[in-house]
Amino acid sequence: MSELRFTEDHEWLRSEADGSFTVGITAFAQNALGDVVYVQLPELQTYAQGAEASTVESVKAASGVYMPLTGEVVAVNEQLEGNPELVNEDPLGEGWFFRFIPADAGAVAQLLDQDAYDRLIKANADA
Amino acid sequence: MSTETLLKTPLHALHLELGARMVPFAGYDMPVQYPLGVMKEHLHSREQAGLFDVSHMGQIRLSGANAAKALETLVPVDIIDLPVGMQRYAMFTNEQGGILDDLMVANLGNDELFLVVNAACKEQDLAHLRKHIGEQCQIQPLFEERALLALQGPAAVKVLERLAPEVATMTFMQFQAAQLLGADCYVSRSGYTGEDGFEISVPADKAEALARRLLAEPEVAAIGLGARDSLRLEAGLCLYGHDMNTQTTPIEASLLWAISKVRRADGERAGGFPGAEAIFAQQQNGVTRKRVGLLPQERTPVREGAEIVDEAGTVIGSICSGGFGPTLNAPVAMGYLDTGHSALDTAVWAIVRGKRVAMKVSKMPFVAQRYYRG
Repeated sequence: MSELRFTEDHEWLRSEADGSFTVGITAFAQNALGDVVYVQLPELQTYAQGAEASTVESVKAASGVYMPLTGEVVAVNEQLEGNPELVNEDPLGEGWFFRFIPADAGAVAQLLDQDAYDRLIKANADA
Repeated sequence: MSTETLLKTPLHALHLELGARMVPFAGYDMPVQYPLGVMKEHLHSREQAGLFDVSHMGQIRLSGANAAKALETLVPVDIIDLPVGMQRYAMFTNEQGGILDDLMVANLGNDELFLVVNAACKEQDLAHLRKHIGEQCQIQPLFEERALLALQGPAAVKVLERLAPEVATMTFMQFQAAQLLGADCYVSRSGYTGEDGFEISVPADKAEALARRLLAEPEVAAIGLGARDSLRLEAGLCLYGHDMNTQTTPIEASLLWAISKVRRADGERAGGFPGAEAIFAQQQNGVTRKRVGLLPQERTPVREGAEIVDEAGTVIGSICSGGFGPTLNAPVAMGYLDTGHSALDTAVWAIVRGKRVAMKVSKMPFVAQRYYRG
């Protein structure tokens, strides 16, 4: 698996061979949400960084999934429509949300790396 | 609110030991879920048996020869003829006919009544009782003295009869004293999940031992408030502060069934409770809005506060409780709708994140109740 990047909103990004990035939510995020019962997937269109591209509904509440960087969504994980529990069962794999092509691929470097994200989680746990 | 200021039930340490995720609820630090998770906890309660800590709820004993008569002045329910060993659902009303709280009332015999009220309302209910009937009977809050456990699900009876064989013959809404592990308990065959089961009032210092013993039975899992909410929602049961409040009357809340026949306008002991005139007028003339069941026609959960519109986009109501029903494997909701749109199968739309979600007015309960009636 190639190196992951993360956002402070607990999304992960993985670089794909075709220049796109796959986005999902982290194991920490799915655990905090609880059982996922519905995912509203994004449209195949351009979203600005920070826009609520997708919504994940758990048994408890609705939470936004935000665009990590400005870019165009080119694919969505249609499996989540019938099997939203994949977000809980395999958040870094089958539970992915969408793929997008960033307007500025270099901006990915600004996102958190694994160490920085792990520190964020630890800070949250200690808070 | 910081956790330091939250109250703890006698089972607090056990919840932490079991790995519960704790949340503030009605001033208490309560388990919203255990490691099993809300979905599996919910399904387990419908398939086997779930143990719920509901010790945050208020238990109150009324005693004295006039206790039943006095309580009748505060609720639209037949208390005087409530048989010994039976429990009945009731609500405190205000002068406008609004609902101050809903509660369970049991007749212990010996001129004693046993009340269970909502956690968030218990201090206010106690003050209400003392103000209005404090001189007609003794009012004894048991808030610190007693814990309350609910054991719910189809296996609840075979679990509890291992500790007290006599509970097996109880039927829905019966209530009796019972010795459980040597503790003086009150057991009722009732609950708030739509399943067969029991609520057990136990002395606070004996609660943890009882809970541990019940959890050691193979059918039993600890269940948090998250699943308690989805279970009661599927069962079509109201949650005070959400599905009813001081601004809603029993008629609007579709709780006419809970107003005893003898207390209705044409009954032998008609009225005599706060707001009777307003409630009878609504029963006679109809209401402009009422609580109904609503089933979203897509997978999107529709949650409390969402507006409901008609085909033309006119707002006709709002959601009071909504979420996902694990047994139904679909989203479920209740809402208040203008009565012109409240007929069964009426198509309406909820506004969720700016988009319309089609919903249908549906009968409740959404999942059949399975009470044991003998």
